[in-house]
Amino acid sequence: MDRFVFLLATGIADGVVFALFALSLVLIWRSTRIINFAAAAMAVTACYLALAVTDLTGSYWAGLIIAVLVGGTLGWAVERGVMRAARDPLSGVILAIGTVMVLQALTGILAGPQSRPAPVPFGDRPVIVGGVPTLSPYDLFVIAVAVTLTAGLHTLFARTSLGLQMRAAAFAPEMSRLLGVPVARMRTLGWILAAAVGALAVLLAVPGELGLDPHAGDPLFVSAFAVAVIGGLDSAEGAVIGGLLVGVLVSLVTGYLGAAVAPLGVLALLALVLLVRPAGLFAGVEARRV
Amino acid sequence: MNQNPRRIVLLTVGGLVVALAGTFLLDPYRNYLLALVAAHLCAIAGLSLLIGRTGQLSLGHAALMAAGGYGYVAGVKLGDGAVPDGLQPVLGLIVAVVTASVVGLLLGLAGARLHGPYLAGLTLAVVLALPALTSQIPALGGDQGLMVPFRSVPQALSSLIALEQWQAWIALTVVAVVLGVLATVDAGASGIRMRAVRDDEVAAALAGIRPGRIKVQAFVLSAAAAGAGGGVLCFVDSGVRPGGYGVTLSLLLVVGVVVGGTGRLAGAAIGAALVVLLPWLIGLGTSGLDLPAEAAQRLDGNLAVLVFGLLLIGLTVAAPTGALGLLTRAGASRKRSAPSIPTTSKD
Amino acid sequence: MTAALEIRRLTAGYGAEPVLREVSLQVPDGQVVTLLGANGAGKTTLLRAVSGLLPTTGTVLLREQDLSDVPPEQRVRRGLAHVPEGRGVIAELTVEENLRLGGLWRHGRTALRERTDAEYQRFEPLARRRKALGHQLSGGERQMLALARALVAAPDVLLLDEPSLGLAPQVVHSIMQTLRDLCDSTGLTVLLAEQNAAGALSIADRGVVLHLGEVRSDGPAAQIAQDEALRHAYLGY
Ligand SMILES: Nc1ncnc2c1ncn2[C@@H]1O[C@H](COP(=O)(O)OP(=O)(O)OP(=O)(O)O)[C@@H](O)[C@H]1O
Ligand SMILES: [Mg+2]
Repeated sequence: MDRFVFLLATGIADGVVFALFALSLVLIWRSTRIINFAAAAMAVTACYLALAVTDLTGSYWAGLIIAVLVGGTLGWAVERGVMRAARDPLSGVILAIGTVMVLQALTGILAGPQSRPAPVPFGDRPVIVGGVPTLSPYDLFVIAVAVTLTAGLHTLFARTSLGLQMRAAAFAPEMSRLLGVPVARMRTLGWILAAAVGALAVLLAVPGELGLDPHAGDPLFVSAFAVAVIGGLDSAEGAVIGGLLVGVLVSLVTGYLGAAVAPLGVLALLALVLLVRPAGLFAGVEARRV
Repeated sequence: MNQNPRRIVLLTVGGLVVALAGTFLLDPYRNYLLALVAAHLCAIAGLSLLIGRTGQLSLGHAALMAAGGYGYVAGVKLGDGAVPDGLQPVLGLIVAVVTASVVGLLLGLAGARLHGPYLAGLTLAVVLALPALTSQIPALGGDQGLMVPFRSVPQALSSLIALEQWQAWIALTVVAVVLGVLATVDAGASGIRMRAVRDDEVAAALAGIRPGRIKVQAFVLSAAAAGAGGGVLCFVDSGVRPGGYGVTLSLLLVVGVVVGGTGRLAGAAIGAALVVLLPWLIGLGTSGLDLPAEAAQRLDGNLAVLVFGLLLIGLTVAAPTGALGLLTRAGASRKRSAPSIPTTSKD
Repeated sequence: MTAALEIRRLTAGYGAEPVLREVSLQVPDGQVVTLLGANGAGKTTLLRAVSGLLPTTGTVLLREQDLSDVPPEQRVRRGLAHVPEGRGVIAELTVEENLRLGGLWRHGRTALRERTDAEYQRFEPLARRRKALGHQLSGGERQMLALARALVAAPDVLLLDEPSLGLAPQVVHSIMQTLRDLCDSTGLTVLLAEQNAAGALSIADRGVVLHLGEVRSDGPAAQIAQDEALRHAYLGY
């Protein structure tokens, strides 16, 4: 039972990060109707630079700010430089794959293949509550950041005119232009925002299970993809719930069956959701056209 | 491009004979590379047809190749003692194709309900789960994979050709069969139905075509081709190891498809050659540079992936028809400049 | 009277072969000009070209300003609003959000509120459905919303593409009447593409008949309505 509580707590802490990262997929989906297969590779690249800055300055926070800035810049560059050329969903995926290969190769060449240790700003020992190990201060920090960010993004989209324009530009680009919405700028903004959130999520995830190596993004992307699909790609709330679900699942599978089995668990869940409820468990207004 | 079956058979057999003869011009290592190209060509041609004709983007073809590899091992074990030694590889290849087809059927059934990006995500998850699967099922041998007994050149030929050349012959024969089958299907009624489904599922359904079924059929066909490729790889390497069939290979197969021009079987050959030979050439180049071991290790593999990534982006942006498309377009524009020849070429 | 919108030798299309060939016409200030013609005549193409959605040659002048280098999203800032064929209500957004989008670029928060409230008063059924999503509206409600959204921007010139499509005759009549009243009371200028020639001509000041991408006739609405040969040949009534 103690073990179950511990795994549950860890799962929630991991799930929050999955949710945050899945949110970055949702953001790009919402602003461009593209699933960004390069999201994880972009975030991992930003994290490498962030850790380099942390090493240089000795400050975790300087690294964190760099992660967000570099993430956003990468989002801008990839959207303007590469994804603009996407003519249809298929070529969008292919362009993103090309981006993944370039980024992974570059980080591999510059940083080497080995996994890189990552610092934590707070203790990452679980606090013992009534004899049961639960969350660590670092986990609490991660949860606080994720909750704040999710709430902020929700406010942006639901309450501000900028968010309204971003949504309109995604749903109906041509009509939005007729109404005076600068659609191209909204797309770029969506990418910047999403990539910055993604980079932050990965930086938060690195000290945990993930670790940082050039290919660290692959399993993360698949988990986040599963999260986004479970929650429905249009739904930020769905991403949060899906993230917790996947986090807990992965934690329990890892704890009871071993870390090697986790990808199978994610695959099974993903296949189940895609086959049974392809619009996501929390489908929004418009059924996904699968 | 309407090709009748007779023409396809002639082309494949003719091409095979020329290729087999060509192996005499190559040294053993280059014959080995040729066998690798042929193995990759099986998978790339199948994937190219899948993407080009039905619009289904699979990032899981590395896993299907692996299925072929494991199938090959199973087939050889099955035949051990039951069939003559010389026929064991044939049995292995058959079981390889069947295994990959079955896995492909499962994936295809799931995929038929999904559009591009979702299918891509699901198949990517499959590839990533492959090491987990092999580590969980003891019969698959874990990270070490499985080995098959080494197969030397048959007695009758052993004085004539080296082992690598023999392997190249088998690989070329398999790829000829695969290409012949793919081209025949593509030229026939199924090819038309696949295109109809890709262009407009609803319209196709109204015309009495069942889009789901067509997509599954295409996926199975493509999986079978990948399985044949995986079987050949297993034959050439005398074994199968899950580490070789990761995301990177899956992405390389997509690169091969795009380089050759999506949906073009002849282009797939260019793609396969590039995917196999470029890393080798780059390796030759960097080893000539006399780099420190650490730097060489970092460049190894990564440099090729970098080039492939740039190529993928560049081609998708600039030349959606691939390298072969570029060549034919150059040819067509040269023709067009001669005013008397009307342009009839389409697609 | 000066022209609020003037189109000079406009050529536009989707591929190599142009759909519109050297079309010229004027929409005088404060008037309703209706654009008539059979299916495929090029009415929608003309309106899209005026909004900058298609590559064109020729000139579009809005109050004597050349719009050639102005991208579509900037044209609304110059006073041009466009209700496209099929209305363009964004299905995933609510009525309120659709409406606000129309005036986001122009108004501050409170001014926008006043403008949307004014439209809710003009189109009362919308006021009861503020929170409904676009795809939950009836055809008539959608048309109202599209019109209201264009009016929130307080445009000089309104391009309207087949507002009568799929609507009951009474609704068509009331929408036409609303347009006429708007022009008379606020000085709005309208270019109205219509299949329903009789209805459109009854409220229009002038009419332009397009056929296969060329102007066949251009004159006062009453004159076109009385020209039997023209009606038979191009307007089908
Ligand atoms: N997106 C497009 N791509 C290619 N051709 C088009 C496109 N849209 C319209 N056309 C062609 O342009 C011509 C004019 O079409 P347009 O939509 O302007 O006609 P219309 O007068 O608005 O007709 P309707 O009354 O049916 O709406 C038609 O021949 C049509 O086939
Ligand atoms: Mg029209």
